[in-house]
Amino acid sequence: MWSFFHKFGSPPWLYALSGVILRWLLPVTLLALLVGMVWGLLFTSPDFRQGNSYRIIYIHVPAAVVAMAGYYLMALAGAINLIWRMKMADVAMKAAAPVGAAFTFIALFTGAVWGKPTWGTWWVWDARITSMLILFFLYLGVLALYEAFENKEAAGKACAVLSLVGMVNIPIIYKSVDWWYSLHQSASIKFTGDSTIDSSMLYPLLLMIASFYALFTCCLLLNMRTELLQRESRTQWVRRLVSAAGNN
Amino acid sequence: MSTNTAGTLLLAAKSLCLERGGRELFRDLSLEVHGGQLWQIEGPNGAGKTSLIRILCGLARYGYTGQVQRPVPQLYVGHHPAVKALLTPRENLAWHASGAGLYTDAQIESALARVGLYGYEDVPSHTLSAGQHRRVNLARLFLSSAPVWLLDEPFTAIDKSGIDELQSLLAAHVAAGGAVVMTSHHTLRVDFEVRFLHLAGSVT
Amino acid sequence: MSAPGIWQFCSRLLRRQLLLAVRRPIDIANPLLFFAMVVALFPLGLGPEPEKLAGFAPGVLWITALLSHLLTSDSVFRSDFDDGSLEQLLLAPQPLYLSALAYIGAHWLTTGLLLAVVSPLFALMLNLPVAALGVLVASLLLGTAVLSLLGAIGAALTVGLKRGGMLISLLILPLYMPVLIFGSAAVQAAVSGNPTGPYLAILGALLCLAIALAPLAAAAGLRISIDA
Repeated sequence: MWSFFHKFGSPPWLYALSGVILRWLLPVTLLALLVGMVWGLLFTSPDFRQGNSYRIIYIHVPAAVVAMAGYYLMALAGAINLIWRMKMADVAMKAAAPVGAAFTFIALFTGAVWGKPTWGTWWVWDARITSMLILFFLYLGVLALYEAFENKEAAGKACAVLSLVGMVNIPIIYKSVDWWYSLHQSASIKFTGDSTIDSSMLYPLLLMIASFYALFTCCLLLNMRTELLQRESRTQWVRRLVSAAGNN
Repeated sequence: MSTNTAGTLLLAAKSLCLERGGRELFRDLSLEVHGGQLWQIEGPNGAGKTSLIRILCGLARYGYTGQVQRPVPQLYVGHHPAVKALLTPRENLAWHASGAGLYTDAQIESALARVGLYGYEDVPSHTLSAGQHRRVNLARLFLSSAPVWLLDEPFTAIDKSGIDELQSLLAAHVAAGGAVVMTSHHTLRVDFEVRFLHLAGSVT
Repeated sequence: MSAPGIWQFCSRLLRRQLLLAVRRPIDIANPLLFFAMVVALFPLGLGPEPEKLAGFAPGVLWITALLSHLLTSDSVFRSDFDDGSLEQLLLAPQPLYLSALAYIGAHWLTTGLLLAVVSPLFALMLNLPVAALGVLVASLLLGTAVLSLLGAIGAALTVGLKRGGMLISLLILPLYMPVLIFGSAAVQAAVSGNPTGPYLAILGALLCLAIALAPLAAAAGLRISIDA
């Protein structure tokens, strides 16, 4: 069994595997996204309270879910690198950071856009969005720390420590922001506190969440492939790939 | 310091490979240091001498492959003098961050006298010159009981009498059964065999 | 001539760090002066009406204490890194967890503790009710200890970088936020007459968690920074 894990340490094998996965995952993801968005944005009935503007939930919630999961993935990959010194885990962590940050940004942006027709303001300091904002800062911190190191191996290790610290802190941050929000909420305005979601809205939402996870995986694999090629640019297998691509 | 370590294995490194900036500095380097030996690592600038010393003492943890065995305590003297400017030499040695030993006042004073800083024990170190800082750092060699000394360019910024003093100190340590691994461009004039480890630069 | 025991070594480190701080009094005074000046900015920006100032006072005092602390967070390991003492510390046989804790303890004693002790003066200038002063000091004592521990993580990760500067702030401000939330809530509760015990208890819990885990992260960060 360990030989199976050992293969994950080999860059050319990982490159080939990711290519095979992407070949079928990418079209499936795009299809699922298309179906989900059309279903959610066009075919579900409008919410009786928020009208049509609630539809952005089909992008906002999946993005937020994947942003969180992405951070945990990044921290886990970093931990694997730190403990077992697997360089491929370092590649995964570095590839996950910008992708996760992008999804967090999408969640923030769609959250703000949702706020305008619903509550009249472009930004709302409610618990969810504030937690998303802090998650965005955590991502930016990891990205900034990686860029600041000249020795990229040390950069990977430092970012692993930082993401682990962030991972421990995320539940604390979310809980304290949640609690802070409930403390300052005035009785007349309730920003969160949605009604239970109807099943006709639930299924497209679940589909969108699943397809966002798939989209994250696609972006992660694409980014990892690029990172692998960059890191191994002087090795034989990369040179062969490049010359084969050049000959086509 | 009396250690019955002459001849015993005090430090071993196996199959060290180091890559820096895309260049491979050394590959499959193995080293065995026994009591009573003095090793001098030499090579051109950038060949990885400092990196090798840092791997041997344990400061470098990533970026190399291979194993190092450290069966006995070590003393590392690096490029920086590790002297706090706001403390006196006496305080610097008494509270040294290396945690190596509990020294009495008398021991500290005699060590500082041996490096030529008699009378300077209680002045703030920011009034001392850089060369005097290095001598405070070298005073640790007189206080230490570690069998293995890893010294990175110990003769830098030392005057001639200091060089002689340091050479005889190294000789005494080796004669008592300890071991020294050092990098230096300086040619040692001692009356025993110096073993050389030559780092070529880049291994192609 | 034996190696010092663990607690002996840590107390020596603590004493060394405290002595170094005391011999450079301006470094101790700087964050306190910063605190004073930034507190003065708020009436200038918000207007001098006493009721408005009193309303903002808990948050203002806490934010300012947090920012003053942020300014000094880089200095925990910086000078030892620059002169090579940090390398020697990493080679010490004593566990790095406890050594890091000693450094952080000395840092808190010369920054957070003093901020907490000085804060009632500025609280009165911002019209904070006298009843809340005790809670302010208690929350700052607990909170700044957590801030020191978290700041040390950021300091350890960035101590080897040439352009540290703003980076450490970006790294540790998200971690600071829960402390701010509960610290200012404690003072706010004292102002409005609600029980403050729960908030202080949460701060205490955060402190326990930070004491347990932060030195681990700081030690790992130091090893990575020295190696880079």
